[in-house]
Amino acid sequence: MPSVTITVNGKKQTANVENRTLLVQFLREHLGLTGTHVGCDTSQCGACVVNIDGYSAKSCTMLAVQVEGANVTTIEGLAKDGKLHPMQEAFREHHGLQCGFCTPGMVMSAVDLATVNKNPSETDIRHWLEGNICRCTGYHNIVKAIKAGAEAMARGGK
Amino acid sequence: MSAPIGAPVRRKEDHRFLTGRGTYTDDINRPGQLHAVFVRSPHAHAEIVRVEASAAKSAPGVVAIYSSADLVAAGLGTLPCGWAVKSKDGSPMAEPPHPVLAQGRVRHVGDPVAIVIAESRDQAQEASERVVVDYRPLPSVSAVDEAVKPGKPLVYDSVPGNICYDWHIGEQAPVDAAIAKAAHVVRLDIVNNRLIPNAMEPRAYIGEFDRGTGDYTLYTTCQNPHAIRLLMGAFVLHLPEHKLRVVAPDVGGGFGSKIYHYAEEAAVTWAAGQLGRPVKWVAERSESFVSDAQGRDHVTHAELALDKDGKFLALKVATLANLGGYISTFAPAVPTYLYATLLAGTYTTPAIYAEVKGVFTHTVPVDAYRGAGRPEASYLIERIVDQAARALKLDPAELRRRNFIATTAYPYQTPVALAYDSGDYFTTLDMALKDADYAGFEQRRAAAGRQGKLRGLGMASYIEACGVAPSAVAGALGARAGLYEVAAVRVNPTGSVTVLTGTHSHGQGHETTFAQLVSERLGMPVENIDVVHGDTARIPFGMGTYGSRSLPVGGSALVKALDKVVNKGKKIAAHLLEAAEADIEFKDGKFTVTGTDRAKAFGEIAFAAYVPHNYPLDELEPGLDEAAFYDPKNFTFPSGTHVCEVEIDQDTGEVRIVAFTAADDFGRIVNPMIVEGQVHGGLAQGIGQALLEECRYDRASGQLLTGSYMDYCMPRADNLPSFKVATHGTMCTHNPLGVKGCGEAGAIGAPGAVMNAVLDALAPLGITHIDMPASPEKIWRAMASRRTAKAA
Repeated sequence: MPSVTITVNGKKQTANVENRTLLVQFLREHLGLTGTHVGCDTSQCGACVVNIDGYSAKSCTMLAVQVEGANVTTIEGLAKDGKLHPMQEAFREHHGLQCGFCTPGMVMSAVDLATVNKNPSETDIRHWLEGNICRCTGYHNIVKAIKAGAEAMARGGK
Repeated sequence: MSAPIGAPVRRKEDHRFLTGRGTYTDDINRPGQLHAVFVRSPHAHAEIVRVEASAAKSAPGVVAIYSSADLVAAGLGTLPCGWAVKSKDGSPMAEPPHPVLAQGRVRHVGDPVAIVIAESRDQAQEASERVVVDYRPLPSVSAVDEAVKPGKPLVYDSVPGNICYDWHIGEQAPVDAAIAKAAHVVRLDIVNNRLIPNAMEPRAYIGEFDRGTGDYTLYTTCQNPHAIRLLMGAFVLHLPEHKLRVVAPDVGGGFGSKIYHYAEEAAVTWAAGQLGRPVKWVAERSESFVSDAQGRDHVTHAELALDKDGKFLALKVATLANLGGYISTFAPAVPTYLYATLLAGTYTTPAIYAEVKGVFTHTVPVDAYRGAGRPEASYLIERIVDQAARALKLDPAELRRRNFIATTAYPYQTPVALAYDSGDYFTTLDMALKDADYAGFEQRRAAAGRQGKLRGLGMASYIEACGVAPSAVAGALGARAGLYEVAAVRVNPTGSVTVLTGTHSHGQGHETTFAQLVSERLGMPVENIDVVHGDTARIPFGMGTYGSRSLPVGGSALVKALDKVVNKGKKIAAHLLEAAEADIEFKDGKFTVTGTDRAKAFGEIAFAAYVPHNYPLDELEPGLDEAAFYDPKNFTFPSGTHVCEVEIDQDTGEVRIVAFTAADDFGRIVNPMIVEGQVHGGLAQGIGQALLEECRYDRASGQLLTGSYMDYCMPRADNLPSFKVATHGTMCTHNPLGVKGCGEAGAIGAPGAVMNAVLDALAPLGITHIDMPASPEKIWRAMASRRTAKAA
């Protein structure tokens, strides 16, 4: 079994994995980081979105060995020093989550959007979310939350 | 800070979900755990000739493989049905057994045939592919209107015509008489499309057996752990309830699909006992598509009779309801008592008669999905009312007003069993029309027309029956369970509170809403209140969450338990303050001797109850824990009007929702932020049904054609608008909070509003009917056929 070394949430992690081990399996099963979820098997629901070297990506569609040497941030690595990330805080403030299952992927995807587009419009946000499915919220409050979160990130220089 | 009823308190549960610290079933791993994979039927209907597992058994990591023969030998029961419906002639419904693993025959694609258990999930998956099942394929039938035709394949040889039951409600003769002599009769043939609930968390189970104690535990993605314990323990595994614990931890959405007792729950729990090791199963999404109970799927003919002024005289309905290949837990009740009893809608229609045939087909079982019966009723009524408005050339809002039940008429007895306790349909209609700028619509239609777009506006004035259910009424109608709810309030010695509720939150925010009820009553901050749900070992009892019942029934139980806490607190305070109990009042967290400043804080009373050094021990037990059961006196009746405005592209047939406005009556509102969120989510599912979603089976083969997110069109963010939502509450008269429930309203009102808007847009072309989902293809074809007809 090949060995991979991936920096996850700032910590270097080395493990022997099968060739077929997906990044999401590595995160959930090897590292116990169960915040990243699996909601489908066709790479569409987006519950598994993490950040890899600055970009959001679906961890169910990448092999662990593909991200050798990369920097991966998961939902568990977003809050710093016990303080929620502005995007997490915006989801809380605007009731952008209900059952919470799609939430980690939504938040990780939203952080990427707000990084590349500091002032996204409602249309920008709705278009960006085509790879993230939520069954609970009707997206209304997710859109509100992402708009507020992006503004907070821009203000905070993130 | 106390967070009373009515405050938009931010959710207590959010921190763990936002930081990736939720605990869903698949996040749980038990020591020594094995993994299960199910071998499923690739055929809609086939005889199982042979299951050959010897090659699979020798595959790496395999621990056991079981098929139906093993379960039969072990004496396992079959999956029970919780609601029995009787046919017109008084005969019981056909209730063929639903085995845990298919026995002799498979009855839908995805029917489980064998369970493969191995050290890892990959090993179980690989071995499952080596299980050889010899099938003799048989002809199948998947469409409900086909299945009832003579000579069609039978799902059960013992059930002629595939008719599970042939039920009716209301009186036929007066309805027929009214239709025969009415000034106007409008007729509608309509399909309510089959849906797949698609909670984002796939079902997952872990069965566990403790060899030392003989205790079983099931971790399950379910909405009602006590019900699963009863159904699985008593009927399938024959385990007494005190030896079976059911835990439903964080659950990622349910929408009804996680109410039912599923075969996989029983299989992993039984296998854990056989093997002495925990057994875990997690559905892949493709499996969810062929094994989660599905929703809706009606074919209906309806006739509405009106007098010359547009007053409704009678409604006659005949519905075929698809039940799938087996009877799911509550399936028989959905197209009968949750559907036909709502056919009065918000109107005074004096005579109603409905016939419903529950029909077996070779498809995945159908059961309650968000709204369950009520969306089907509301959609039917609101479509036929709009059709009548067009026929009589009346404004659809005016026609509704002419027929609404008067605000002074409550309690209002409908001709189909229900008695509405309160409502005000006029006000919610007016609010929705105002917020939607109904008055300005024709201008907008004209402006859109100038740009080549067809614009339409539609409305639906829905009602639903929620807060299920008065146990005696439900029992008389065939329910095999009580439908009360249970709450326990554990006051801790230092004054904080733990609430144990029999309801279950899988997105609804009970940890916050229920904490607000406690905060309001006991005058303490929500931070000092924890709400616990989802574990039969911690919660005294309960029936779970569905039918918008958590607050009306579970919240009422909590209020009763809180009353008991306050009453006992008064006795303790009277002793400590040396006053008469009658002179003690409780307000803002303090017990005070009326008219004095002598008072004891709630925390002091709690402490005295647990450290009873100065305490009336002769008259009163120590402690301050109280529990209550609440059995509702009636259903609750949320109602409202939804207004949708659409624009249709004439070249592509694509529908864009330009605006969606909802005005709802949910009675008293505890947390408006959470209520709005519930409405938004329901609207998305209702709009999804109207425009995007459809579960389709191939008519010839019974294969599921929409078996992944590639084929089943889930609403995405860019399919939906932002919503305008408002509320106007008339109080429920029979529960202590005045609450009605809000979880299903969106899914009930939206389909009618959207489709009426689509048909309003298409009316100028002479198109009068389209079935859901109103896909671009369907609309384009309808437009093209009108153009062809015109040209000819």
